[in-house]
Amino acid sequence: MKIQSLHEALATSQCSSGLIRGLRHAAVATAVLLLAMATAKARTVTDSASRKVDVPDRVERVFAAGPPASILLYVLAPQVMTGWPDPPTVEERSLIAEKYRDLPALGRLTGRGGTANLEVVLKTKPDLILDFGAIRETYVSLADNVQEQTKIPYVLIDGRFEATPAALRLLGDVLGASERGEQLAKYVEATFAQIDAVLAATLIDKRPRVYLARGPDGLETGVVGSINTEIIERAGGRNVADAVGQKGLVRASMEQVIVADPEIIITWDRNFFDRIFRDPLWVGIRAVREHRVYLAPTAPFGWIDRPPSVNRVIGLRWLAGLFYPDKFPEELREITRTYYHLFYHVDLTEPQLDTLIAWSKGQAPSRQQPARR
Amino acid sequence: MVQGTSPIPTAARETLSSHPVATLASLAALLLLLMLGAALVGAYPITLGDFMAALGRQLTGEVTKEKIDTILFDIRLPRVFAAVVVGAAIAAAGAAYQTLFRNPLVSPDILGVSTGAGLGAVLGIFLSLPVAAIQLSAFVVGLATVGLVYGIASLVHGREPILVLVLAGVVVGSLAGAAISLLKILADPYDQLPAIVFWLLGSLSAIRKGEVWAAVPLVLIGLFPLVLLRWRINVLSLGDEEAKALGVEAGRLRLFVIAAATLITASVVAISGVIGWVGLVIPHIARMAVGPSFDRLLPTATLLGASYMLIVDTLARTMARTEVPIGILTAMIGAPFFLWLLARGREGWS
Repeated sequence: MKIQSLHEALATSQCSSGLIRGLRHAAVATAVLLLAMATAKARTVTDSASRKVDVPDRVERVFAAGPPASILLYVLAPQVMTGWPDPPTVEERSLIAEKYRDLPALGRLTGRGGTANLEVVLKTKPDLILDFGAIRETYVSLADNVQEQTKIPYVLIDGRFEATPAALRLLGDVLGASERGEQLAKYVEATFAQIDAVLAATLIDKRPRVYLARGPDGLETGVVGSINTEIIERAGGRNVADAVGQKGLVRASMEQVIVADPEIIITWDRNFFDRIFRDPLWVGIRAVREHRVYLAPTAPFGWIDRPPSVNRVIGLRWLAGLFYPDKFPEELREITRTYYHLFYHVDLTEPQLDTLIAWSKGQAPSRQQPARR
Repeated sequence: MVQGTSPIPTAARETLSSHPVATLASLAALLLLLMLGAALVGAYPITLGDFMAALGRQLTGEVTKEKIDTILFDIRLPRVFAAVVVGAAIAAAGAAYQTLFRNPLVSPDILGVSTGAGLGAVLGIFLSLPVAAIQLSAFVVGLATVGLVYGIASLVHGREPILVLVLAGVVVGSLAGAAISLLKILADPYDQLPAIVFWLLGSLSAIRKGEVWAAVPLVLIGLFPLVLLRWRINVLSLGDEEAKALGVEAGRLRLFVIAAATLITASVVAISGVIGWVGLVIPHIARMAVGPSFDRLLPTATLLGASYMLIVDTLARTMARTEVPIGILTAMIGAPFFLWLLARGREGWS
C-alpha cells in the first residue's frame, strides 16, 4: 500500500509544472519517509510489562541493557548482540563462542551503577534495546524514558526464574527466531518438570536446608523470595535465611548461621570455599562436618546466580542432583556438554569439561587474574 | 564555625557533677550489667546457668566441644567486647575532637578518618583481598588520610589554624568520597558492590576474637596520651592565645591529640566499618551530665559510648532473623533521643 502511494506520488509529480516542483519534492520525501516507516514499524509486540512496543520486521542489532539481558540474548541470538555490558574476563572468554567474545563492552543501562552512555548506545545503531529482570515501576518508567529519548524500541522481559521458558519464547518471537526460542524453552521446561516430579514426592520437611554464602566472609546471603536465592527453592531446597519483612541481600551473623545449622552450603566465592573447611567457626556446622559445601562454577556465567538469568538452568540441574543424589542419576558431564552446546554455542573440549566438572566438585581452576575494565 | 566557649560549669551542673567518681562508678556498673545482658541474648538461647557453667569450664581450662562454648567464647563475647571497644573508642575520640576544635558539631570524621578508612576497605574489597587485608587497608588509608589533611593544613600559614585544618579535612574527605563512588561504579555488581555497601553501613556481625585483640592495644595506645594530657587539653579549649598565656603550646598539643584520636578511630573503624553518629552525640550527652571539663568528659563519654554501642549492637543482632546494619540503628535510635535531650536542655553548649 505504501509502495503504491509512492508510485502515485511520482506519477502525480511527473505531470506537474515547475511551480509545483517544490510540492513534488515534498511528496516524494513523504512517500520515502512512509516507506521507511513501513519497514521500521512492521509489528507491535507486547512485552512483559504490558507495554505495546513497535519493533522492526527484521531485528538485526540489539543492545542488552544489563548482564541478565545480555545472557538471554547471547543464548538466543548471539549474532544480533552489539556488545557486552562488561568485558568478559579471561576465564569467561574461553567458554564464550569465539565470534562473540571480543564484542565491545558498552556498559549497563539499568539498575544501580548504570554505566552506559546513551550516545554510545545510539552509536551502535541498535534496532532494539532489551532488558531482562524484575518488572517494577522503576524499570518500566526507565524503559519508557529511554525509548522516548532515543526513539529505539525498548522491550522489557520478566526475569523471574519460573518465567524463563516464557521469556525465551517471547524474545524468540520479538527477534523472529521463534523456533530457537521454542527449542530452548522446551529444554528448560523439561528440566523444571523433571525436578517437579521429584519434589511432588518429597515433603517440605524432607527437603534439605540450604544456606547460600556470599561475600568474602560468607556472611552475606539472600532471604527467601529474593532473586539471588530463588534457585534454592526451585531446585527443591529450603533457604534457611527466611527473615520476615526483608528482601534481597542481607548480612547474617555467625551465630545465626550456627543456629540455623544448614545441611548444605552453596557458594561461588573461591576464597571463602577454600577457607570454610579450616575455619574453626564454620567447621562445627553440619554442612561442613558432612562435607556438603558446594562451589558453583562461574564460567562463562554463574551456575546459580551472577547474574540471575538463563545461565541458572545448568546450575538448577546441578543443585537438584546435589540435593537429591539418588533421584538424578544422569551424568552431569553429558548434561553440561549438551547445555553448553545448546545454550552457549560452544563445543567443550574434554579438558574444558574436566575443568568444569572438577570445579562443580569443589576444585576450582586457579584464578586467572582478569584484566578488569 | 570556631567559637571560644567558657569551660566554667554552671551551678546546675555543679550538683550533677559534684560526685564525678560516683557518676563514673554507676556508669561502669551499668556497662557491666549491659554486657552480662548482651551475653545472654542472641539467636542461640543461653541461660544465666548455662553462662555460668560455660564460664566455669573456661576458667578451669576444661576442654569441651560443646556448641555453647563456641557460641559464647568465639562469637558472642568477642562481639560484646568489640561493641564496647568500638563505642568507647569512637566516643572518646569524639570528645577529644570536640574539645580540641571548641565546636560541638565536630565528630571524629571531621578530618576524614572514617571516609579514608572506608576508601581503604572499599579498595580492598575491589581488589578481592582477604578479610584481614581489607581491614589493614582500612586502617592504613584512614591514618594516611588524616596525615594528608594535617600535612596540607600545616603547609598553609594562616591566622586560623583550626579553620584551615577543618577545611582541609572537608576537601580531602570529599575527595576520598568521590574515590569510593568511583570504585563502586567499577566494582563487580554481584559480589563486590553488596560487600562495599554493607561495609560502609558498619557491622560487627563478622567480628572475631583476633580482630578485637588487635584493636584493643591500638585503642589503648591512643587513649593513654589523651588521659595524660587531659588538663592541657582543657586549657586548649580556651583558645590558642589563652593557652599560650598559660604556657601550653597549642600547635604541638593539637598534633598529639589529633594523632591519638585518629589512631583510636582508625583502629576500630577498620574492624567495624563506618559507624556514624556515636562520636558526635555521645560526647554531648556526657557533657550534659558532667560538664565540659575534659578530665571528666573523657571517662564519661568513653563509658557512655561503650554502653550505647553495646545496646545498639545487641539490637542489631536480635531485632530480626538477619543483621540490621549498625550505621542505620545508631542514627535511628540516637537522633530522636538526642532531639529529646536538646528540647529539654536549658543550657547552651560548651
